[in-house]
Amino acid sequence: MKYLAQQAINALQLGSIYALIALGYSMVYGVLTMINFAHGDVFMLGAFFCLLLIALVPVPFWLALIVVMAATALLGTLIERFAYRPLRKAPRVSAIITALGCGLVIQNTTLGISPYARPMPRLLENATYQFGGVTITMLQIVIIGVSLGLMLALDFLIRKTSFGMAMRAIASDRAMVSLLGIPANEIIAITFAIGAALGGAAGLLYGMAYPVVSASMGITVGWKAFVAAVIGGIGNMRGAVLGAFILGSVEVMTVAVLPSTYRDLISYSLLLLILVFKPYGLLGKPALHKA
Amino acid sequence: MSGLLETRRLTRQFGGLRAIGDLSLSVNRGEILGVIGPNGAGKTTLFNLLTGIYPPSSGEILFEGLPIAGLRPSEIARRGVARTFQNIRLFRQLTVLENVRIAYDSQIVCSPPDALLSTPHARLREKESINASMELLELFELGSLAENRAGDLSYGAQRRLEIVRALALDPKLLLLDEPAAGMNPSEAMQLTDFLRWVHGKFSLTIVLIEHHMQMVMALSDRIEVLDFGVRIAGGKPDEVKGNPRVIEAYLGTEGELP
Repeated sequence: MKYLAQQAINALQLGSIYALIALGYSMVYGVLTMINFAHGDVFMLGAFFCLLLIALVPVPFWLALIVVMAATALLGTLIERFAYRPLRKAPRVSAIITALGCGLVIQNTTLGISPYARPMPRLLENATYQFGGVTITMLQIVIIGVSLGLMLALDFLIRKTSFGMAMRAIASDRAMVSLLGIPANEIIAITFAIGAALGGAAGLLYGMAYPVVSASMGITVGWKAFVAAVIGGIGNMRGAVLGAFILGSVEVMTVAVLPSTYRDLISYSLLLLILVFKPYGLLGKPALHKA
Repeated sequence: MSGLLETRRLTRQFGGLRAIGDLSLSVNRGEILGVIGPNGAGKTTLFNLLTGIYPPSSGEILFEGLPIAGLRPSEIARRGVARTFQNIRLFRQLTVLENVRIAYDSQIVCSPPDALLSTPHARLREKESINASMELLELFELGSLAENRAGDLSYGAQRRLEIVRALALDPKLLLLDEPAAGMNPSEAMQLTDFLRWVHGKFSLTIVLIEHHMQMVMALSDRIEVLDFGVRIAGGKPDEVKGNPRVIEAYLGTEGELP
Protein backbone atom coordinates (compact mmCIF):
# COMPACT_ATOMS: atom_id res chain seq x y z
CA MET A 1 0.00 0.00 0.00
CA LYS A 2 2.82 2.35 0.97
CA TYR A 3 4.63 1.22 -2.12
CA LEU A 4 1.61 2.01 -4.24
CA ALA A 5 1.25 5.48 -2.72
CA GLN A 6 4.92 6.12 -3.37
CA GLN A 7 4.51 5.11 -6.98
CA ALA A 8 1.41 7.26 -7.28
CA ILE A 9 3.43 10.31 -6.28
CA ASN A 10 6.06 9.44 -8.87
CA ALA A 11 3.33 9.05 -11.47
CA LEU A 12 1.83 12.38 -10.48
CA GLN A 13 5.19 14.05 -10.89
CA LEU A 14 5.87 12.59 -14.33
CA GLY A 15 2.26 13.09 -15.40
CA SER A 16 2.29 16.79 -14.45
CA ILE A 17 5.33 17.42 -16.59
CA TYR A 18 3.83 15.54 -19.53
CA ALA A 19 0.63 17.49 -19.03
CA LEU A 20 2.34 20.87 -19.23
CA ILE A 21 3.95 19.91 -22.53
CA ALA A 22 0.87 18.15 -23.89
CA LEU A 23 -1.18 21.31 -23.35
CA GLY A 24 1.09 23.19 -25.75
CA TYR A 25 0.55 20.62 -28.50
CA SER A 26 -3.17 20.62 -27.88
CA MET A 27 -3.60 24.42 -27.76
CA VAL A 28 -1.84 24.94 -31.05
CA TYR A 29 -3.74 22.09 -32.64
CA GLY A 30 -6.91 23.62 -31.28
CA VAL A 31 -6.47 26.94 -33.06
CA LEU A 32 -4.63 25.88 -36.21
CA THR A 33 -5.31 22.11 -36.56
CA MET A 34 -1.59 21.77 -36.90
CA ILE A 35 0.92 19.72 -34.93
CA ASN A 36 3.69 21.96 -33.68
CA PHE A 37 6.51 19.46 -33.98
CA ALA A 38 9.01 22.01 -32.69
CA HIS A 39 7.22 22.09 -29.33
CA GLY A 40 9.33 19.30 -27.81
CA ASP A 41 12.43 21.32 -28.59
CA VAL A 42 10.96 24.41 -26.98
CA PHE A 43 10.51 22.22 -23.90
CA MET A 44 14.18 21.20 -24.14
CA LEU A 45 15.25 24.82 -24.48
CA GLY A 46 13.34 25.62 -21.30
CA ALA A 47 15.87 23.48 -19.43
CA PHE A 48 18.81 25.01 -21.29
CA PHE A 49 17.61 28.56 -20.72
CA CYS A 50 17.56 27.75 -17.04
CA LEU A 51 21.14 26.40 -17.15
CA LEU A 52 22.25 29.53 -18.96
CA LEU A 53 20.45 31.83 -16.58
CA ILE A 54 21.90 30.18 -13.48
CA ALA A 55 25.38 30.26 -15.03
CA LEU A 56 25.02 34.01 -15.52
CA VAL A 57 23.25 34.98 -12.31
CA PRO A 58 22.39 32.66 -9.45
CA VAL A 59 18.66 33.30 -9.12
CA PRO A 60 16.13 31.54 -6.91
CA PHE A 61 13.79 28.95 -8.36
CA TRP A 62 10.75 31.22 -8.72
CA LEU A 63 12.62 33.84 -10.63
CA ALA A 64 14.21 31.22 -12.88
CA LEU A 65 10.74 29.84 -13.61
CA ILE A 66 9.41 33.25 -14.60
CA VAL A 67 12.39 34.12 -16.77
CA VAL A 68 12.36 30.74 -18.50
CA MET A 69 8.64 30.99 -19.21
CA ALA A 70 9.02 34.50 -20.61
CA ALA A 71 11.94 33.44 -22.80
CA THR A 72 10.18 30.39 -24.21
CA ALA A 73 6.99 32.39 -24.74
CA LEU A 74 8.97 34.82 -26.85
CA LEU A 75 10.55 31.93 -28.74
CA GLY A 76 7.11 30.42 -29.37
CA THR A 77 5.75 33.62 -30.89
CA LEU A 78 8.86 34.00 -33.05
CA ILE A 79 8.45 30.48 -34.39
CA GLU A 80 4.80 31.13 -35.14
CA ARG A 81 5.43 34.50 -36.77
CA PHE A 82 8.37 33.61 -38.96
CA ALA A 83 8.08 29.88 -39.61
CA TYR A 84 4.39 28.98 -39.45
CA ARG A 85 2.37 32.07 -40.33
CA PRO A 86 3.83 32.48 -43.83
CA LEU A 87 2.77 28.90 -44.52
CA ARG A 88 -0.75 29.17 -43.11
CA LYS A 89 -2.30 28.76 -46.54
CA ALA A 90 0.32 26.35 -47.86
CA PRO A 91 -0.42 22.63 -48.24
CA ARG A 92 -0.57 20.78 -44.95
CA VAL A 93 2.54 18.73 -45.74
CA SER A 94 4.63 21.89 -46.10
CA ALA A 95 3.51 23.08 -42.68
CA ILE A 96 4.38 19.71 -41.13
CA ILE A 97 7.83 19.73 -42.72
CA THR A 98 8.41 23.30 -41.56
CA ALA A 99 7.51 22.34 -38.02
CA LEU A 100 9.80 19.32 -38.09
CA GLY A 101 12.53 21.46 -39.63
CA CYS A 102 12.12 24.09 -36.96
CA GLY A 103 12.50 21.45 -34.28
CA LEU A 104 15.63 20.06 -35.91
CA VAL A 105 17.16 23.53 -36.25
CA ILE A 106 16.60 24.24 -32.56
CA GLN A 107 17.86 20.84 -31.54
CA ASN A 108 21.00 20.95 -33.65
CA THR A 109 21.79 24.52 -32.69
CA THR A 110 21.66 23.40 -29.08
CA LEU A 111 23.75 20.37 -29.91
CA GLY A 112 26.31 22.61 -31.58
CA ILE A 113 26.58 24.82 -28.52
CA SER A 114 26.36 22.03 -25.98
CA PRO A 115 27.34 18.66 -27.52
CA TYR A 116 27.19 16.81 -24.21
CA ALA A 117 24.50 16.35 -21.65
CA ARG A 118 24.86 18.69 -18.71
CA PRO A 119 23.93 18.32 -15.09
CA MET A 120 21.22 20.63 -13.79
CA PRO A 121 22.35 22.44 -10.65
CA ARG A 122 20.13 22.17 -7.61
CA LEU A 123 17.61 24.99 -7.38
CA LEU A 124 15.71 23.85 -4.30
CA GLU A 125 16.95 22.60 -0.98
CA ASN A 126 16.86 18.88 -0.57
CA ALA A 127 14.06 18.57 1.97
CA THR A 128 11.95 15.45 2.31
CA TYR A 129 8.71 14.93 4.19
CA GLN A 130 7.18 11.77 5.58
CA PHE A 131 3.47 11.12 5.48
CA GLY A 132 2.65 7.81 7.12
CA GLY A 133 5.75 6.17 5.74
CA VAL A 134 5.42 7.70 2.30
CA THR A 135 8.28 9.98 1.37
CA ILE A 136 7.69 13.09 -0.64
CA THR A 137 10.43 15.50 -1.55
CA MET A 138 10.27 19.26 -1.66
CA LEU A 139 11.05 18.94 -5.36
CA GLN A 140 8.04 16.73 -5.98
CA ILE A 141 5.75 19.08 -4.10
CA VAL A 142 7.02 22.02 -6.14
CA ILE A 143 6.76 20.20 -9.46
CA ILE A 144 3.24 18.96 -8.82
CA GLY A 145 2.14 22.24 -7.24
CA VAL A 146 3.53 24.48 -9.98
CA SER A 147 2.12 22.25 -12.71
CA LEU A 148 -1.34 22.10 -11.17
CA GLY A 149 -1.28 25.85 -10.58
CA LEU A 150 -0.40 26.54 -14.21
CA MET A 151 -3.05 24.11 -15.43
CA LEU A 152 -5.75 25.71 -13.31
CA ALA A 153 -4.71 29.15 -14.53
CA LEU A 154 -4.91 27.97 -18.12
CA ASP A 155 -8.29 26.37 -17.56
CA PHE A 156 -9.57 29.63 -16.11
CA LEU A 157 -8.12 31.61 -18.99
CA ILE A 158 -9.71 29.38 -21.61
CA ARG A 159 -13.10 28.99 -19.97
CA LYS A 160 -13.74 32.36 -18.42
CA THR A 161 -11.95 35.14 -20.26
CA SER A 162 -12.58 36.86 -23.56
CA PHE A 163 -9.19 35.66 -24.75
CA GLY A 164 -10.29 32.10 -24.04
CA MET A 165 -13.59 32.59 -25.83
CA ALA A 166 -11.78 33.94 -28.86
CA MET A 167 -9.36 31.03 -28.77
CA ARG A 168 -12.17 28.48 -28.69
CA ALA A 169 -14.02 30.34 -31.42
CA ILE A 170 -10.95 30.36 -33.66
CA ALA A 171 -10.84 26.60 -33.37
CA SER A 172 -14.20 26.40 -35.10
CA ASP A 173 -14.21 29.36 -37.51
CA ARG A 174 -11.19 31.62 -37.75
CA ALA A 175 -12.56 33.90 -40.49
CA MET A 176 -15.73 34.55 -38.50
CA VAL A 177 -13.65 35.62 -35.49
CA SER A 178 -11.95 38.26 -37.63
CA LEU A 179 -15.31 39.46 -38.90
CA LEU A 180 -16.27 40.13 -35.29
CA GLY A 181 -13.43 42.58 -34.93
CA ILE A 182 -10.94 40.29 -33.23
CA PRO A 183 -7.46 40.16 -34.74
CA ALA A 184 -7.24 36.38 -35.04
CA ASN A 185 -3.50 36.47 -35.67
CA GLU A 186 -2.90 38.08 -32.29
CA ILE A 187 -4.94 35.43 -30.55
CA ILE A 188 -2.99 32.73 -32.39
CA ALA A 189 0.33 34.36 -31.43
CA ILE A 190 -0.72 34.54 -27.77
CA THR A 191 -1.79 30.90 -27.93
CA PHE A 192 1.67 29.94 -29.13
CA ALA A 193 3.25 32.09 -26.42
CA ILE A 194 1.24 30.45 -23.67
CA GLY A 195 1.83 26.95 -25.02
CA ALA A 196 5.56 27.58 -25.29
CA ALA A 197 5.72 29.12 -21.81
CA LEU A 198 4.09 25.98 -20.36
CA GLY A 199 6.55 23.85 -22.35
CA GLY A 200 9.44 25.92 -21.04
CA ALA A 201 8.21 25.56 -17.47
CA ALA A 202 8.01 21.79 -18.05
CA GLY A 203 11.60 21.79 -19.34
CA LEU A 204 12.81 23.52 -16.22
CA LEU A 205 10.86 21.18 -13.93
CA TYR A 206 11.95 18.10 -15.83
CA GLY A 207 15.56 19.23 -15.63
CA MET A 208 15.21 19.54 -11.87
CA ALA A 209 13.55 16.15 -11.48
CA TYR A 210 15.84 14.16 -13.74
CA PRO A 211 18.86 16.42 -13.54
CA VAL A 212 20.57 15.62 -16.83
CA VAL A 213 19.86 18.12 -19.58
CA SER A 214 20.58 17.19 -23.17
CA ALA A 215 19.65 18.42 -26.63
CA SER A 216 17.80 15.19 -27.39
CA MET A 217 15.32 15.42 -24.52
CA GLY A 218 12.90 17.28 -26.76
CA ILE A 219 12.45 14.10 -28.73
CA THR A 220 12.38 11.55 -25.96
CA VAL A 221 10.11 13.51 -23.63
CA GLY A 222 8.39 15.82 -26.10
CA TRP A 223 7.07 12.99 -28.21
CA LYS A 224 5.66 11.26 -25.16
CA ALA A 225 3.74 14.38 -24.31
CA PHE A 226 2.49 14.49 -27.87
CA VAL A 227 1.29 10.92 -27.44
CA ALA A 228 -0.46 12.00 -24.25
CA ALA A 229 -2.21 14.84 -26.08
CA VAL A 230 -3.41 12.43 -28.76
CA ILE A 231 -4.60 9.86 -26.22
CA GLY A 232 -6.64 12.55 -24.48
CA GLY A 233 -8.05 13.89 -27.73
CA ILE A 234 -5.84 16.52 -29.31
CA GLY A 235 -7.36 19.99 -29.27
CA ASN A 236 -9.05 19.27 -25.94
CA MET A 237 -7.16 20.76 -22.97
CA ARG A 238 -8.63 18.59 -20.27
CA GLY A 239 -8.02 15.61 -22.52
CA ALA A 240 -4.34 16.53 -22.78
CA VAL A 241 -4.05 16.57 -18.99
CA LEU A 242 -5.94 13.30 -18.64
CA GLY A 243 -3.79 11.65 -21.32
CA ALA A 244 -0.63 12.90 -19.61
CA PHE A 245 -1.58 11.48 -16.22
CA ILE A 246 -2.57 8.15 -17.78
CA LEU A 247 0.72 7.98 -19.65
CA GLY A 248 2.70 8.99 -16.56
CA SER A 249 1.00 6.32 -14.47
CA VAL A 250 1.46 3.61 -17.08
CA GLU A 251 5.15 4.41 -17.37
CA VAL A 252 5.75 4.43 -13.64
CA MET A 253 3.81 1.19 -13.16
CA THR A 254 5.62 -0.48 -16.04
CA VAL A 255 9.00 0.35 -14.63
CA ALA A 256 7.86 -0.86 -11.21
CA VAL A 257 7.14 -4.37 -12.47
CA LEU A 258 9.14 -4.77 -15.68
CA PRO A 259 12.65 -3.82 -16.82
CA SER A 260 12.69 -0.12 -17.77
CA THR A 261 13.46 -0.98 -21.39
CA TYR A 262 9.80 -2.02 -21.73
CA ARG A 263 8.55 1.40 -20.80
CA ASP A 264 8.23 2.92 -24.27
CA LEU A 265 6.96 -0.31 -25.78
CA ILE A 266 4.10 -0.35 -23.31
CA SER A 267 3.25 3.33 -23.59
CA TYR A 268 3.20 3.39 -27.37
CA SER A 269 1.20 0.16 -27.46
CA LEU A 270 -1.30 1.85 -25.17
CA LEU A 271 -1.54 4.73 -27.64
CA LEU A 272 -2.31 2.34 -30.47
CA LEU A 273 -4.85 0.47 -28.41
CA ILE A 274 -6.70 3.58 -27.29
CA LEU A 275 -6.81 5.00 -30.78
CA VAL A 276 -8.24 1.77 -32.18
CA PHE A 277 -11.24 2.12 -29.88
CA LYS A 278 -11.35 5.92 -29.58
CA PRO A 279 -9.95 7.31 -32.84
CA TYR A 280 -10.41 10.90 -31.63
CA GLY A 281 -8.83 10.20 -28.25
CA LEU A 282 -10.56 9.86 -24.91
CA LEU A 283 -12.21 13.30 -24.79
CA GLY A 284 -11.85 14.32 -28.42
CA LYS A 285 -14.78 14.82 -30.75
CA PRO A 286 -14.86 14.78 -34.50
CA ALA A 287 -14.90 18.30 -35.91
CA LEU A 288 -18.43 19.22 -36.96
CA HIS A 289 -17.79 22.38 -38.86
CA LYS A 290 -14.66 23.73 -40.43
CA ALA A 291 -14.72 26.83 -42.55
CA MET B 1 -22.90 63.90 -47.91
CA SER B 2 -25.25 61.28 -46.56
CA GLY B 3 -23.37 58.31 -48.06
CA LEU B 4 -22.21 55.82 -45.44
CA LEU B 5 -20.64 53.42 -47.87
CA GLU B 6 -19.50 53.90 -51.38
CA THR B 7 -17.77 51.67 -53.90
CA ARG B 8 -15.96 53.13 -56.89
CA ARG B 9 -15.34 50.95 -59.93
CA LEU B 10 -14.92 48.00 -57.63
CA THR B 11 -13.56 44.95 -59.45
CA ARG B 12 -12.66 41.47 -58.32
CA GLN B 13 -11.19 38.84 -60.60
CA PHE B 14 -10.77 35.19 -59.74
CA GLY B 15 -8.35 33.96 -62.37
CA GLY B 16 -10.19 34.61 -65.62
CA LEU B 17 -13.53 35.08 -63.94
CA ARG B 18 -14.69 38.58 -63.20
CA ALA B 19 -16.92 38.15 -60.17
CA ILE B 20 -17.48 41.88 -59.71
CA GLY B 21 -16.78 44.37 -62.47
CA ASP B 22 -16.58 48.15 -62.24
CA LEU B 23 -19.22 48.31 -59.61
CA SER B 24 -20.01 51.76 -58.28
CA LEU B 25 -22.72 51.98 -55.67
CA SER B 26 -23.47 54.01 -52.63
CA VAL B 27 -25.42 53.28 -49.51
CA ASN B 28 -27.07 56.18 -47.73
CA ARG B 29 -27.09 56.47 -43.99
CA GLY B 30 -30.17 54.92 -42.48
CA GLU B 31 -31.53 53.22 -45.56
CA ILE B 32 -32.17 49.59 -46.36
CA LEU B 33 -30.59 48.71 -49.66
CA GLY B 34 -31.64 45.45 -51.31
CA VAL B 35 -29.13 43.69 -53.54
CA ILE B 36 -30.68 41.13 -55.86
CA GLY B 37 -29.57 39.13 -58.83
CA PRO B 38 -29.52 35.56 -60.07
CA ASN B 39 -27.22 32.96 -58.52
CA GLY B 40 -23.59 33.70 -59.32
CA ALA B 41 -24.28 37.39 -59.85
CA GLY B 42 -21.52 38.31 -57.40
CA LYS B 43 -23.66 39.36 -54.45
CA THR B 44 -21.78 37.39 -51.81
CA THR B 45 -18.47 38.36 -53.43
CA LEU B 46 -19.52 41.96 -52.92
CA PHE B 47 -20.02 41.30 -49.20
CA ASN B 48 -16.66 39.53 -49.03
CA LEU B 49 -15.00 42.58 -50.53
CA LEU B 50 -16.82 44.99 -48.24
CA THR B 51 -15.80 43.04 -45.14
CA GLY B 52 -12.19 42.50 -46.19
CA ILE B 53 -12.33 38.72 -46.63
CA TYR B 54 -10.39 39.40 -49.79
CA PRO B 55 -9.08 42.62 -51.28
CA PRO B 56 -10.47 44.04 -54.51
CA SER B 57 -8.48 43.56 -57.70
CA SER B 58 -9.06 47.23 -58.36
CA GLY B 59 -11.35 50.04 -57.33
CA GLU B 60 -12.12 51.70 -54.04
CA ILE B 61 -14.38 51.16 -51.05
CA LEU B 62 -15.13 54.14 -48.84
CA PHE B 63 -16.76 53.76 -45.46
CA GLU B 64 -17.70 57.02 -43.79
CA GLY B 65 -15.58 58.71 -46.43
CA LEU B 66 -12.42 56.75 -45.62
CA PRO B 67 -10.90 54.04 -47.81
CA ILE B 68 -11.20 50.56 -46.30
CA ALA B 69 -10.20 48.35 -49.21
CA GLY B 70 -7.21 46.24 -48.17
CA LEU B 71 -7.81 46.57 -44.44
CA ARG B 72 -7.98 43.39 -42.39
CA PRO B 73 -11.48 42.03 -41.67
CA SER B 74 -11.05 42.72 -37.95
CA GLU B 75 -10.23 46.37 -38.62
CA ILE B 76 -13.22 46.81 -40.91
CA ALA B 77 -15.45 45.15 -38.31
CA ARG B 78 -14.21 47.54 -35.65
CA ARG B 79 -15.10 50.50 -37.81
CA GLY B 80 -18.68 49.33 -37.68
CA VAL B 81 -19.38 46.83 -40.44
CA ALA B 82 -21.10 43.66 -39.26
CA ARG B 83 -22.33 40.74 -41.27
CA THR B 84 -24.38 37.56 -41.19
CA PHE B 85 -24.08 34.59 -43.50
CA GLN B 86 -26.37 32.62 -45.73
CA ASN B 87 -25.21 29.43 -44.05
CA ILE B 88 -25.30 30.28 -40.36
CA ARG B 89 -21.82 30.63 -38.93
CA LEU B 90 -22.24 30.57 -35.19
CA PHE B 91 -19.57 29.13 -32.93
CA ARG B 92 -21.63 26.01 -32.37
CA GLN B 93 -19.73 24.60 -29.41
CA LEU B 94 -19.73 27.89 -27.50
CA THR B 95 -22.71 28.98 -25.45
CA VAL B 96 -25.27 31.45 -26.74
CA LEU B 97 -23.96 34.05 -24.30
CA GLU B 98 -20.35 33.46 -25.33
CA ASN B 99 -21.23 33.93 -28.98
CA VAL B 100 -22.54 37.39 -28.19
CA ARG B 101 -19.81 38.25 -25.71
CA ILE B 102 -17.06 37.55 -28.22
CA ALA B 103 -18.41 40.24 -30.48
CA TYR B 104 -19.01 42.62 -27.59
CA ASP B 105 -15.57 42.01 -26.07
CA SER B 106 -13.78 42.70 -29.34
CA GLN B 107 -14.29 46.38 -28.55
CA ILE B 108 -12.67 46.14 -25.14
CA VAL B 109 -9.93 43.55 -25.42
CA CYS B 110 -8.56 42.65 -22.04
CA SER B 111 -5.04 41.23 -22.03
CA PRO B 112 -4.54 37.67 -20.71
CA PRO B 113 -2.34 38.78 -17.77
CA ASP B 114 -5.02 41.28 -16.82
CA ALA B 115 -7.72 38.64 -17.02
CA LEU B 116 -5.64 36.01 -15.28
CA LEU B 117 -4.88 38.21 -12.32
CA SER B 118 -8.56 39.12 -12.18
CA THR B 119 -7.70 42.78 -11.80
CA PRO B 120 -10.61 45.04 -10.83
CA HIS B 121 -10.42 46.42 -14.35
CA ALA B 122 -10.83 42.94 -15.82
CA ARG B 123 -13.68 42.06 -13.48
CA LEU B 124 -15.50 45.26 -14.28
CA ARG B 125 -15.12 44.59 -17.98
CA GLU B 126 -16.41 41.08 -17.57
CA LYS B 127 -19.48 42.24 -15.71
CA GLU B 128 -20.11 44.92 -18.28
CA SER B 129 -19.79 42.45 -21.11
CA ILE B 130 -22.11 39.91 -19.51
CA ASN B 131 -24.74 42.52 -18.67
CA ALA B 132 -24.71 44.14 -22.08
CA SER B 133 -24.81 40.78 -23.87
CA MET B 134 -27.63 39.50 -21.68
CA GLU B 135 -29.59 42.66 -22.30
CA LEU B 136 -29.31 42.13 -26.04
CA LEU B 137 -30.28 38.48 -25.71
CA GLU B 138 -33.33 39.34 -23.59
CA LEU B 139 -34.39 41.87 -26.17
CA PHE B 140 -34.40 39.12 -28.77
CA GLU B 141 -36.07 36.60 -26.48
CA LEU B 142 -32.96 34.46 -26.27
CA GLY B 143 -32.16 35.27 -22.65
CA SER B 144 -33.42 31.98 -21.26
CA LEU B 145 -31.17 30.09 -23.69
CA ALA B 146 -28.01 31.98 -22.74
CA GLU B 147 -26.22 28.98 -21.27
CA ASN B 148 -27.16 26.54 -24.06
CA ARG B 149 -24.69 25.57 -26.73
CA ALA B 150 -25.37 27.66 -29.82
CA GLY B 151 -25.35 24.53 -31.95
CA ASP B 152 -28.28 23.10 -29.97
CA LEU B 153 -30.64 25.96 -30.81
CA SER B 154 -33.48 25.65 -33.30
CA TYR B 155 -32.88 26.96 -36.79
CA GLY B 156 -34.92 30.09 -36.23
CA ALA B 157 -33.21 30.85 -32.94
CA GLN B 158 -29.80 30.39 -34.56
CA ARG B 159 -30.77 32.90 -37.24
CA ARG B 160 -31.81 35.37 -34.57
CA LEU B 161 -28.66 34.73 -32.55
CA GLU B 162 -26.49 35.43 -35.57
CA ILE B 163 -28.15 38.81 -35.89
CA VAL B 164 -27.77 39.49 -32.15
CA ARG B 165 -24.08 38.66 -32.40
CA ALA B 166 -23.67 41.05 -35.30
CA LEU B 167 -25.49 43.76 -33.32
CA ALA B 168 -23.18 43.22 -30.35
CA LEU B 169 -20.46 44.79 -32.49
CA ASP B 170 -22.51 47.99 -32.33
CA PRO B 171 -22.31 48.31 -36.11
CA LYS B 172 -23.22 51.27 -38.27
CA LEU B 173 -23.70 49.05 -41.29
CA LEU B 174 -25.25 45.60 -41.19
CA LEU B 175 -24.80 43.28 -44.15
CA LEU B 176 -27.37 40.49 -44.26
CA ASP B 177 -26.70 37.63 -46.65
CA GLU B 178 -29.97 35.82 -47.38
CA PRO B 179 -31.42 35.95 -43.89
CA ALA B 180 -34.59 34.23 -45.11
CA ALA B 181 -32.75 31.25 -46.62
CA GLY B 182 -34.60 28.07 -45.74
CA MET B 183 -37.71 29.85 -44.48
CA ASN B 184 -41.25 29.39 -45.75
CA PRO B 185 -43.23 32.45 -46.91
CA SER B 186 -44.93 33.07 -43.57
CA GLU B 187 -41.64 32.81 -41.65
CA ALA B 188 -40.09 35.16 -44.17
CA MET B 189 -42.84 37.69 -43.59
CA GLN B 190 -42.26 37.46 -39.83
CA LEU B 191 -38.56 38.04 -40.48
CA THR B 192 -39.47 41.08 -42.54
CA ASP B 193 -41.28 42.67 -39.60
CA PHE B 194 -38.45 41.65 -37.32
CA LEU B 195 -35.79 43.25 -39.52
CA ARG B 196 -37.80 46.42 -39.87
CA TRP B 197 -37.96 46.60 -36.09
CA VAL B 198 -34.20 45.94 -35.72
CA HIS B 199 -33.45 48.60 -38.33
CA GLY B 200 -35.36 51.23 -36.39
CA LYS B 201 -34.37 50.15 -32.90
CA PHE B 202 -30.63 50.20 -33.58
CA SER B 203 -30.69 53.06 -36.12
CA LEU B 204 -28.90 50.91 -38.64
CA THR B 205 -28.05 51.08 -42.26
CA ILE B 206 -28.69 47.69 -43.84
CA VAL B 207 -27.62 46.06 -47.05
CA LEU B 208 -29.70 42.99 -47.72
CA ILE B 209 -29.01 40.19 -50.16
CA GLU B 210 -32.14 38.13 -50.60
CA HIS B 211 -33.85 35.87 -53.09
CA HIS B 212 -37.14 36.15 -51.33
CA MET B 213 -38.63 38.83 -53.59
CA GLN B 214 -41.63 39.77 -51.47
CA MET B 215 -39.33 40.42 -48.55
CA VAL B 216 -36.84 42.52 -50.51
CA MET B 217 -39.63 44.57 -52.07
CA ALA B 218 -41.25 45.14 -48.69
CA LEU B 219 -38.10 46.10 -46.83
CA SER B 220 -35.87 47.94 -49.23
CA ASP B 221 -35.80 51.69 -49.75
CA ARG B 222 -33.79 51.08 -52.90
CA ILE B 223 -32.71 48.02 -54.81
CA GLU B 224 -29.57 47.36 -56.84
CA VAL B 225 -29.61 44.52 -59.34
CA LEU B 226 -26.47 42.62 -60.24
CA ASP B 227 -25.91 40.11 -63.01
CA PHE B 228 -22.53 38.54 -63.78
CA GLY B 229 -20.88 40.97 -61.40
CA VAL B 230 -22.22 44.05 -63.16
CA ARG B 231 -24.92 46.44 -62.05
CA ILE B 232 -27.77 46.13 -64.53
CA ALA B 233 -30.44 48.20 -62.80
CA GLY B 234 -31.23 50.10 -59.66
CA GLY B 235 -33.89 52.26 -58.08
CA LYS B 236 -37.04 52.13 -56.02
CA PRO B 237 -38.58 48.67 -55.64
CA ASP B 238 -41.41 49.46 -58.02
CA GLU B 239 -39.09 50.76 -60.71
CA VAL B 240 -36.87 47.70 -60.47
CA LYS B 241 -39.82 45.33 -60.53
CA GLY B 242 -40.93 46.51 -63.94
CA ASN B 243 -37.47 46.86 -65.47
CA PRO B 244 -37.23 44.56 -68.50
CA ARG B 245 -33.50 43.94 -67.99
CA VAL B 246 -34.15 42.67 -64.51
CA ILE B 247 -36.92 40.40 -65.65
CA GLU B 248 -34.71 39.08 -68.40
CA ALA B 249 -31.81 38.41 -66.02
CA TYR B 250 -34.07 36.45 -63.74
CA LEU B 251 -36.19 34.57 -66.21
CA GLY B 252 -34.17 34.67 -69.39
CA THR B 253 -37.27 35.82 -71.29
CA GLU B 254 -40.14 38.21 -70.88
CA GLY B 255 -42.20 37.52 -67.81
CA GLU B 256 -43.41 38.70 -64.45
CA LEU B 257 -41.31 38.74 -61.32
CA PRO B 258 -42.66 36.47 -58.62
